[in-house]
Amino acid sequence: MGNPKNPYDRHPFFEQISQLWRNKTAVAGLVIVTGFILMAIFAPFLSPHDPLATSLYDQIKPPVWHETGTWKNILGTDELGRDTLSRIIYGARVSLTVAIVSVGIAFTLGTLLGCISGYYKGFWDSLIMRIMDMILAFPYLLLAIVVVAFLGPSLKNAMMAIGITYVPRFARIVRGSVLEECEKDYVMAARAVGARDWRILFIGILPNCLGPLIVQTTLSMASAILDAAALSFLGLGAQPPTPEWGGMIARSRALILRASWVMTFPGIAILLAVLGFNLLGDGLRDALDPRLRD
Amino acid sequence: MLAYILRRIMIMIPTLLGVTIIVFLMLHATPGDPAELLLGERATNESLEQMREHLGLNEPLYVQYGLFLSRLLKGDLGETIWTRQKVWIEIKHRFPATIELSLVALCISCFAGMLLGIISATKQYSIFDYVSMIGALAGVSMPIFWLGLVFMLIFSLNLGWLPLSGRLSIGVDLDVITNFYIVDAVITRNWPAFKDAVWHIIMPAVTLSTIPTAIVARMTRSAMLDVLRQDYIKTAKAKGLSQLQVIFKHALRNAMIPVVTTIGLQFGVLLGGAILTESIFAWPGVGKWMYDAVMQRDYMVIQGGTLFIASLFVVINLCVDVLYAVINPRISIQ
Repeated sequence: MGNPKNPYDRHPFFEQISQLWRNKTAVAGLVIVTGFILMAIFAPFLSPHDPLATSLYDQIKPPVWHETGTWKNILGTDELGRDTLSRIIYGARVSLTVAIVSVGIAFTLGTLLGCISGYYKGFWDSLIMRIMDMILAFPYLLLAIVVVAFLGPSLKNAMMAIGITYVPRFARIVRGSVLEECEKDYVMAARAVGARDWRILFIGILPNCLGPLIVQTTLSMASAILDAAALSFLGLGAQPPTPEWGGMIARSRALILRASWVMTFPGIAILLAVLGFNLLGDGLRDALDPRLRD
Repeated sequence: MLAYILRRIMIMIPTLLGVTIIVFLMLHATPGDPAELLLGERATNESLEQMREHLGLNEPLYVQYGLFLSRLLKGDLGETIWTRQKVWIEIKHRFPATIELSLVALCISCFAGMLLGIISATKQYSIFDYVSMIGALAGVSMPIFWLGLVFMLIFSLNLGWLPLSGRLSIGVDLDVITNFYIVDAVITRNWPAFKDAVWHIIMPAVTLSTIPTAIVARMTRSAMLDVLRQDYIKTAKAKGLSQLQVIFKHALRNAMIPVVTTIGLQFGVLLGGAILTESIFAWPGVGKWMYDAVMQRDYMVIQGGTLFIASLFVVINLCVDVLYAVINPRISIQ
């Protein structure tokens, strides 16, 4: 037996990987995201100074290309003499942590609720979907702001609030896919041989919904970074002296005329990180979702 | 059609009830005594006891919720903690400023977004297409609170073209009728005030419109591309119609259907974004008022404002759904 393998007949997984690799936006996104992840992991080695160390003599120093800038503080310093570059590098840790934790909460809860909803249908489906509708009845960011306002401002509460507001996105995707998959023969076959519900769901059905889930996870990481920065900007997320991009922008408002660079760089960092995840998400969607492929 | 609208309204009711449940429970999830939270630290024992009685805090939770709901139906959102004003009156007073800002931002994003989308679609894979789509992606990824500060720095502090913040300059007289300053200025033919109001609204409105513009541009482009591939477009071209006629008479009409829905959904982004934008530009609307309330822990204001904005959002979404059914003859109203 055993025909020689056709080299063009690859496993769909590798087909998707190579689709992804040919997609320029995805590769650009991947490069940016990897850059930020490496920055977060190796923050202590990369940052030239302690992000929390204040210095009386180095207050509000301009970046190096400015006439009075020095190589000691490449991107300048803030009003307490803390090195902006180091704070941005450590800020990647905070932002990525927030993104991972809040999207993790949303992913876990959303997948679970979506599975129950799509698999058991009936009462549980209606109940869960109505609750999702309630969460979606709050406009962008408002629910997160309100939850944190009531629970008290802290990074932990911000992560939880963002996580809760993202649950419906995941629940809806999983429910839709599960409903679709349940109609297929393999599910019926699995039921016929007496497989348990959780086995059918998690080993049979769920792997088939992974494509849209991965896309949603990536895009949600982008919006989680953005929302966390907004919450911190409003004073509801990371508390000082944590080096967090949104919080850095908030405190630099007072310096807007004297030292505009203090405000500029954290904003660019947020924009780049969010852009990276969005590019990657768009590219993944093109590669993983065959329905959208040309 | 009427039956469809009625059924949609029926579906809306449980969602609205859900909103009230979430807002109600939030106060109870907060550590501490709700009466104390609502009255602030200055409250006397007597007024605290009165508040407990009023909220029914000694009753079981469902009775409290019933009381909460019956107060809501009477239009009673309570009083603010610091200024002792009726929350509902404060909202009515500030709401026009928010709507004015949101509507101008929505107009900007419709116009700019659709224009970018249409040109990108008709010139697919051109430099213009690449640049505007990268721009749109950057727009979706934009921290608007930062963009607002950058605009302020460039156009107001450095170039001095636009006013820094607020709705009107000090010293500009305007008879307030509707509280929509631009409309008021037109009604009273007060052209200096009109110019001043327009000048003030440009920066916050452009800031607020960033994300919706980008979303509308992306949606318009993909909807147009879908339509331009269809056979009837080929027929229209074959018949010798000009490019403009093909695009505006034949393609755009059908491409508009998903775009209109997208535009409607942007209201949510605008209402949420208003909290950020208004607090940066000191725009005296509901958003800035809620931001101040969050800072001062005025839970009555947060509760009332949230209920109001969320209910508004639900109603707008209903209108968008109905509009979608009206403009799309293909949708089955089942």
